[in-house]
Amino acid sequence: MKKTVFLGALTVAGLAAGASAAATLDDVKARGKLNCGVTTGLVGFAAPDANGHWDGFDVGVCRAVAAAVLGDAEAVEFVPTTGKTRFTALASGEIDMLARNTTWTLSRDVDLKFTFVGVNYYDGQGFMVPKGLGVSSAKELDGATVCIQTGTTTELNLADFFRANNMSYEPVPIETNAEAQQQYLAGACDVYTTDASGLAATRATFEAPADHVLLPEIISKEPLGPLVRHGDNEWGDVVRWTLNALISAEELGITSANIGELGAAAGDNPEVNRILGTEGNLGEMLGLDAGWAKAAIMAGGNYGELFEKNIGENTPIALSRGLNAQWQDGGLIYSPPFR
Amino acid sequence: MSDLSYVRAEMLPEKAPPVSTSGAVGWVRENLFNGVGNSILTILSLFMVYLVLSALLPWVFSPTWNAASLNDCRTILAGHEGACWGVINERWPQLLFGFYPNGSEEGTVDQRWRPILTFVLLFVAVIPVLFNMISRRMNWVLLLGALGIAFVTRGGVLTMIIGVALLAGAAYVAFQLFNTNKVDRAEEIASGAKRLPNPLIFSAVFPFLAPWLLWGGSIWGPIGALLGFVIGALVFRAVTAVAGSLMGIIAAVLSAVIWWLFLMGGFAWAMESIISLGLEPVESRKFGGFMLSITIGVVAIGCSLPIGIVLALGRQSDLMIVKSLCVGFIEFIRGVPLITLLFVASTLLNIFMPPGSNFDIIVRVLIMVTLFASAYMAEVVRGGLAALPKGQYEAADALGLDYWKAQRLIIMPQALKISIPGIVSTFIGVFKDTTLVSIIGLLDPLGLSNAIRADANWNGVVWELYGFIALMFFVFCFSMSRYSMYLERKLRTDHH
Repeated sequence: MKKTVFLGALTVAGLAAGASAAATLDDVKARGKLNCGVTTGLVGFAAPDANGHWDGFDVGVCRAVAAAVLGDAEAVEFVPTTGKTRFTALASGEIDMLARNTTWTLSRDVDLKFTFVGVNYYDGQGFMVPKGLGVSSAKELDGATVCIQTGTTTELNLADFFRANNMSYEPVPIETNAEAQQQYLAGACDVYTTDASGLAATRATFEAPADHVLLPEIISKEPLGPLVRHGDNEWGDVVRWTLNALISAEELGITSANIGELGAAAGDNPEVNRILGTEGNLGEMLGLDAGWAKAAIMAGGNYGELFEKNIGENTPIALSRGLNAQWQDGGLIYSPPFR
Repeated sequence: MSDLSYVRAEMLPEKAPPVSTSGAVGWVRENLFNGVGNSILTILSLFMVYLVLSALLPWVFSPTWNAASLNDCRTILAGHEGACWGVINERWPQLLFGFYPNGSEEGTVDQRWRPILTFVLLFVAVIPVLFNMISRRMNWVLLLGALGIAFVTRGGVLTMIIGVALLAGAAYVAFQLFNTNKVDRAEEIASGAKRLPNPLIFSAVFPFLAPWLLWGGSIWGPIGALLGFVIGALVFRAVTAVAGSLMGIIAAVLSAVIWWLFLMGGFAWAMESIISLGLEPVESRKFGGFMLSITIGVVAIGCSLPIGIVLALGRQSDLMIVKSLCVGFIEFIRGVPLITLLFVASTLLNIFMPPGSNFDIIVRVLIMVTLFASAYMAEVVRGGLAALPKGQYEAADALGLDYWKAQRLIIMPQALKISIPGIVSTFIGVFKDTTLVSIIGLLDPLGLSNAIRADANWNGVVWELYGFIALMFFVFCFSMSRYSMYLERKLRTDHH
């Protein structure tokens, strides 16, 4: 009986909390800063430089949202979160949005009560082996020792993959990526498995990257994207359409180089005009000013520019676009129309 | 008597001991080559030491201090094994200060003098508490000097003038200090000469000054908090005279709490509107690196000792409620891992508190680490209390001392002296435990090492970062350990 009363009180408190936390957009505007959850550090996706200035692919999304809402790409408070604290930080309102290479899954969406507003990187679990091992396919890995981060979905995916292919493996549990690098290079395991982007970043740091190969098999789907709390659809819309604006900008050829020219006056392409606010009132519908998308794109460039600058082929990580190419180029990156 | 004698009449001068038993050779024979077995062991050990050093030294002394990235290091080393010190060169300010404003962002100025000044003042404040070895005037020289340098380096006309005045004061006191003989001065003091104020006053003010320096904001907040204690003390004095010490304590606590809860805000606001005096606020999120570790460590160490003493006394108390509260607290905290408490601080508290109420994450962590350290401290102090012969308690009773006087004058000085090694061990443990906050996403040195590796330039650098962090921790922990040994020697009262 007493327990029920207690739980009931908690529920009421929770409901009240939900109701009062609903207007995230107003909170952010009043605060003048966006609280954005990022990782404590992942090469290419989020890292502070020597002056404490954050940079990276996920960070770019945060900055774009801050620019869209507040007109200032620097008005972001980056809150480093770990895999264990990220969801509570978001649920409790400590952060307004989470852009921390988080995989979109049903349970996170439904059970943890978050809204994934889109996908900014399609990742998948891959394998890295030394070239000397002479392996060209993950199907040949029977009996291998595998370095695997404990407590992640990669561990479960690995078990599924090996069971489905009737193979055995010897797991070498490790805690962090840095530890994995050391173990793998020291020969403690034959194979290192984690997200393919992480493998590429890790291989890039090796003294002789060419001595290691990434196997062609990708054994899981890891759509990574920014997420917000359930129950505040207006705020979710703002983040979703900021991401879409970056994607559409690449599709329509709006870059940080030509945006000044395109945004100065209405041009020939009506969709470009609608995005940049020279035509229509899309910004007003979102509760933002007309130049929101222009500011978001100017923050770090369009989706393609962000990709190239942080994780693209000219960076040490050297990821190819692959699945993350625009839909016309055979990728999955696709934004609904701005209309 | 003839002068012929068979016995030497005069003493022979002393001869130096043979080379084989004195000096370096003697020492070596005595300690290293004392027998066949030991000689073999010595040679083997020397060989091991050589192996380790010949691998380690070339690695440590590698010419990579100015490298800009890991690949840069590899080019410089050209295939040789060596450390990549460029990462330390580029990131040491970050490892020390975290994200504290360093003036690189537009519209900000370098604020890092504030943690530095706080750290220096910490020593000035702690010296009169911990050491008896420097004089009162020396302490004032240090304090005025530190403040003076801080003011002078700030620039601006007014601060310059204040700084120069403070430095002049420091120089004057120092001149007096070196001009008077120690013995003369002792006589002067004995005959009632005017002395400088007790530096412990500054030690008492420091806990209010330090948060203001670190977090910034209006100065009237910390002054208001300090005034609460002053009011409490005044009320205690007034009420005790009328209605006894128990009523005095109750009235003092009540009046202080009322001040803090209801009046302090208004006072700070009013004073701020009259004289606006403050530092630029710095959010807790900007704290990181060793600054964060030291902040957490010093607060936990400073608060856990008094709380621990109270808990230990409470555990030995005859009052049932007090005793069970203390036992419950100690056993609960000791039964839970620190990480669990940190998770409670970082996640659970967040969910239970109304949204929008922003209870600072670092303050939450500070409270949890302090509680954790207090429980362990209580048990260490209880060990000291238990080791004290019962005769000491009875002697105190026989002298007619009341409970608090007996504790203050007889029990605690001895019990704490016995517990020094345990207390300092706990301190060192707490200081090292501060690295656990990296698990809840605070960027302490270990958390930062991960963040630094996330920079594409430095991805793959491991040993250099951990080595640097380990060295810094060793310096702090080793000095604490040496201090405890010094203290034990100084407080030794038995005769050998």
